[in-house]
Amino acid sequence: MEKAKKWPEDWQEIIPGCMVFRPGSAREYHTGSWRAQRPVYDNSKCIKCGMCYIFCPEGCISQDADGYFIADLDYCKGCGICAHECWPGAITMVEEG
Amino acid sequence: MSERVGMEIALAAAETVALCRPDVIAAYPITPNTHIPEHLSDIVAEGRLDADFICVESEHSALSACCGASGAGARAFTATSSQGLLYMAEVVPIVSAMRLPIVMIIGNRALSGPINIWNDHSDIMSQRDVGWISMFAANGQEVVDMTVQSFKIAEHRDVMLPVNLNLDGFQLTHVVEPMLFPSQEEVDAFLPEYEPYAAVHPDNIVSMGTLALPEIFNEVMKAKDEVLKDSKKVILEVWKEWEEKFGRTYKPVESYKTEGAEILLLAIGSMAETAEVAIDELRDRGMPVGLLKLRLWRPFPFEEIRNAVKDVKAIAVLDRAVSFGGPGGPVFSEVRSALYDEKVRPTIISEIIGLGGRDVPVGDFIKIAEKAARVAKTGPEEEYEIFGVRGS
Repeated sequence: MEKAKKWPEDWQEIIPGCMVFRPGSAREYHTGSWRAQRPVYDNSKCIKCGMCYIFCPEGCISQDADGYFIADLDYCKGCGICAHECWPGAITMVEEG
Repeated sequence: MSERVGMEIALAAAETVALCRPDVIAAYPITPNTHIPEHLSDIVAEGRLDADFICVESEHSALSACCGASGAGARAFTATSSQGLLYMAEVVPIVSAMRLPIVMIIGNRALSGPINIWNDHSDIMSQRDVGWISMFAANGQEVVDMTVQSFKIAEHRDVMLPVNLNLDGFQLTHVVEPMLFPSQEEVDAFLPEYEPYAAVHPDNIVSMGTLALPEIFNEVMKAKDEVLKDSKKVILEVWKEWEEKFGRTYKPVESYKTEGAEILLLAIGSMAETAEVAIDELRDRGMPVGLLKLRLWRPFPFEEIRNAVKDVKAIAVLDRAVSFGGPGGPVFSEVRSALYDEKVRPTIISEIIGLGGRDVPVGDFIKIAEKAARVAKTGPEEEYEIFGVRGS
């Protein structure tokens, strides 16, 4: 029943009910392609409070080895909530070129 | 087979659903289907049926609860009418897209407004293009038989689609009729335990109700359409098996006194039974008239319709719903589409009748048959007619 392909080519290959029989398949869909703006961190202002990590609706922000935060641009939709919530102003939303 | 038992048809429907051993029933009461879930809740409370009866707060929740239950591998049932069906509408096409074999009985009732609790088919016709199998019963016995058939058809591995079984509100739901009930053993032999294609469970890896991007959506809709069209094979198989085991015949399009008929009436639901009386009377007068009763609404039986109207000069299609600003009644437009490519085709007229509980007496069918005989010679007189409207 498992399909290794990203999606079926022909209608005959559609699995009944579009059921998915393997875990984590949403990981393959890079919603970051929807983004118009990306968050840019200024770590000199960052106090490592983690508000961006907590508020990110996509769950795409993680902490690096030094304790600073980074957004995974494969999944970041550029909503800007992290920048809005960052009270030291360490995050700026920058237009995607 | 036991003796006939006289019972209100809504209660008979509930008793038959109980014979089908559903695991989950979720419903919200709305006239005129109310007696079905109400009686099922009694049956569960009495301990005659081991099922979870979920008293939900709305019809949206009723079908949503059935959706979740069915996704978890339960045999699920609900019932509704009119506005209740509209309140479910958000979930209705999702259930068919997820291929969940839920059975729903609809006690057909006019859509508001103005508010009206009586019968017509505007409720189900508003939910026509949603990917469900849709069938009409014309009397209590058919309700009993088709309820059992519905579960078997829905759950067949080549189908896996929800089924709605329609019976006219009040004209059927509230009428007492003598009916033959299959025994529990007979139902168990006919309807095997439900084996889901997949079921949500912590031990199983399956996601249901997933996202489909534009890159795949056309293919998904094609697959949904094909499986609904293909379900006719299984429907016919199940009806054949029913006939072999219980002796009562079911066809997508039933015919009554169509031998040598030049004029046909085509009716859907309980009014087809009244129409038979009119046909008898007209045949006694020597008029070559017959009756087609449409049982299967979706998938629409195009081929059967084409075969049934060969050598006929005129057909009057009786609809119990208005397609406002459209081509005529919804059944009419399907029948006319079915015949468009035929080289020789009869004159076909649309008569919309019996709205919001307006009685349809035998005399109305006679008048419509006489009109059909007239237009067979002269051609249609208007796009469609709402029959019996005062002032027209």
